[in-house]
Amino acid sequence: MIVELGHMALLIAFSLSVFQSIVPMWGARTNAPNLMATADVSSIAILGFVTLSFGALMWAYATSDFSVVNVWQNSHSQMPFIYKLSGTWGNHEGSMLLWVFILALFAAAVGVFGKNLPKTMRANVLGVQGWLLTTFLFFIVLTSNPFARQTPVVEGQDLNPILQDIGLAIHPPMLYIGYVGFSITFAFSIAALIEGRIDSAWARWVRPWAMAAWIFLTAGIAMGSYWAYYELGWGGWWFWDPVENASFLPWLSGTALLHSALVMEKRDSLKIWTVLLAIVTFSLSLLGTFLVRSGVLTSVHTFASDPTRGLFILAILSAFVGGALFLFAFRASRLEQGGLFAPISREGALVLNNVLLSTSAATVLVGTLFPVVYEAITGAKISVGAPFFNLTFGALMIPLVLVLPFGPLLGWKRGDIVGVSQRLMFALFAAVIVIILAYGFLERGPWIAPLMMGISAWLIVGAFAELLQRSGLPKVGLKTGFARLTGLKRSIWATAIAHAGVGVTMLGIVFVTAYETESVAILKQGESATAAGYEITFEQYQTRSVNNFSEELVQLTISKDGNVVRTGAPSKRFYPARQTPTSEALINTFGFSQLYIALGEVKTDNSVVLRIWWKPMITLIWLGSILMVLAGGLSLTDRRARIGSPKLSKNRKLGTASVG
Amino acid sequence: MTRKTNRLLWIGTIGCVLAVAVGLTLFALQSGISFAMSPTELRAADVKPGQRIRLFGLVEEGSVVRGEGLQVGFTLSDNENKVKVSFNNILPDLFRENQGIITEGSLGADGNFVADTVLAKHDENYMPADMAEKLKEKGVWKGEGAENL
Repeated sequence: MIVELGHMALLIAFSLSVFQSIVPMWGARTNAPNLMATADVSSIAILGFVTLSFGALMWAYATSDFSVVNVWQNSHSQMPFIYKLSGTWGNHEGSMLLWVFILALFAAAVGVFGKNLPKTMRANVLGVQGWLLTTFLFFIVLTSNPFARQTPVVEGQDLNPILQDIGLAIHPPMLYIGYVGFSITFAFSIAALIEGRIDSAWARWVRPWAMAAWIFLTAGIAMGSYWAYYELGWGGWWFWDPVENASFLPWLSGTALLHSALVMEKRDSLKIWTVLLAIVTFSLSLLGTFLVRSGVLTSVHTFASDPTRGLFILAILSAFVGGALFLFAFRASRLEQGGLFAPISREGALVLNNVLLSTSAATVLVGTLFPVVYEAITGAKISVGAPFFNLTFGALMIPLVLVLPFGPLLGWKRGDIVGVSQRLMFALFAAVIVIILAYGFLERGPWIAPLMMGISAWLIVGAFAELLQRSGLPKVGLKTGFARLTGLKRSIWATAIAHAGVGVTMLGIVFVTAYETESVAILKQGESATAAGYEITFEQYQTRSVNNFSEELVQLTISKDGNVVRTGAPSKRFYPARQTPTSEALINTFGFSQLYIALGEVKTDNSVVLRIWWKPMITLIWLGSILMVLAGGLSLTDRRARIGSPKLSKNRKLGTASVG
Repeated sequence: MTRKTNRLLWIGTIGCVLAVAVGLTLFALQSGISFAMSPTELRAADVKPGQRIRLFGLVEEGSVVRGEGLQVGFTLSDNENKVKVSFNNILPDLFRENQGIITEGSLGADGNFVADTVLAKHDENYMPADMAEKLKEKGVWKGEGAENL
């Protein structure tokens, strides 16, 4: 009964979104306040019904109702409860419903938090959200109904074992909040194009939404990377897999969007570009959804899918992207040009950031879609591997990180490059020291690695130059300096922390790429292997059977200089319902580095095959991402003050007084 | 600085970045891509020993032979042609007989394929799409996930 209610709620939500697609926009055209106001109500009602529908599916999963086809295909009565719940979106239908749920959530948020938006703008934004809701609800109802029934079966076919992990509970929702969050900036852009009017207030409105989406996307990608790292047992943290790229593309253009919206907000410049970026970013999110859901590209992430769905999503993609770009082409010229600025200025640096980020996004896009296009034209299958992306993307990132520390220090309109360079001398000094130390102490590895470490140090230290400059440290003395530091606007702290985060991630990437070691050991009981100074001893072989799987474990002790420092067991699991094995690696963290041990196989003579990696500084990759996420959150807390009153606080006056 | 020179400067910068990006992309596409083939396509194509390709097919039943250490040999088939593959590393979890897999490597001088990477996708029904089509055409398709493809 609850399942049928869920289905019903989905259909009602669909009808309401059709209403929301038309009526509020009609109201905005004819200037009818009561028609425009309907969107506030309908967006909340849609959220209510979609929640009901999503809740019903979750309930079916929670209670293991195997009379629902979707639950039967993707769940098992013996699974831990948390995996039963997260299994709701561990399949095509459920994940699309999650997508729409988040879309409805964001639309309702605009309705609730957007009270101070101009009325027509709000109606148009909610109208565009209505189009998106209508299309995706139609897609679910027509091709991906999660509520289909069958004659009840005793046991389910189990969730794909690789998804039976806490990662599934977190990674897809985060990523989807990121993807779908950019629908708001998209809707704002379309609304601006329809009205033919855009100003810095628009950017002040869009930036928090873009920031919120970016925070979740960053966290989602980082989380996915760590999940793949520990779950797949290949020891890799990024594969340039098409679907990873699909999530990385909106991240790149979203990052560019955050920076260009800054120029628009402060200087009323780069309007057309910002609107275009907002459209492109959400288009790339849609492309990501298409790539994952359609099965055009095969990867770890693609659930088995049928071609009609792929075509449907392709149609949605073309309609929205094509329509938006068409509208853009016709209406963009109506938007006024903003103020002038010299090439060496804050604006100039942000434009350069945008040029490099967009170009790198374009190269990743080319590499991702090249196999599809190539096959369509020649019929031959090819794959584009990591070397392509490392070369093209890497080469474009280097100028970006080199000039990055200059950006926040340059003045608006016209910057003083000599003065800024002087302020960055200490960062250059730090970089040189790091390079010398790295050449001195690290023997192996490519010659370029110490250089890259120097660049990372340049980024990390340089990121804090603005803080130092604004505090007046060390000249003004500790007390005044710290008072100024704590009084600084949070957004300035956020900038510094986010940029340092980029440096930290880069440092981790450089270390693990250049200095990781990999070895394979075949051990009999009692024998040992060494890796990075640690001795790994095979103590005991065990088997056990747990709920819905059986497991082979190899107990190991890890010792250093004769002392046992850790014990643990990498294992292999077997899930009988799906006849699928998985590996559970043993990962031990030492400082920022990790010793990663995966169990290969147990040979007939009772020896075990272990694959052992030493991953120096690898956790920095994710710690840097966490810094970026925290910085994003910090800058969001700064927003309210700025949207509200223009009054300067006492501390802020103090903080800005030292500038110039 | 006038609006015009300013604009020219920007167009120049953007042009340079784009030119570098296009150059890099073309250069990287020459070396960074590899062809993916079935055993039949491999036989038909003129692949020189040492050229990196991806070879996909079904692991033939009863063909897996384990040797010293990690050495393993198996036969990949598309039900028309077969290629012997050797591999010297840990096989992925999902590697098993009658499973569609992808290997990466190059042909040895003896005409056998030497793989350095073996990928078995994390979907137990996974099979390269056009292979499933070929198997369906021949009527030998019996995969449990047939309706999903």
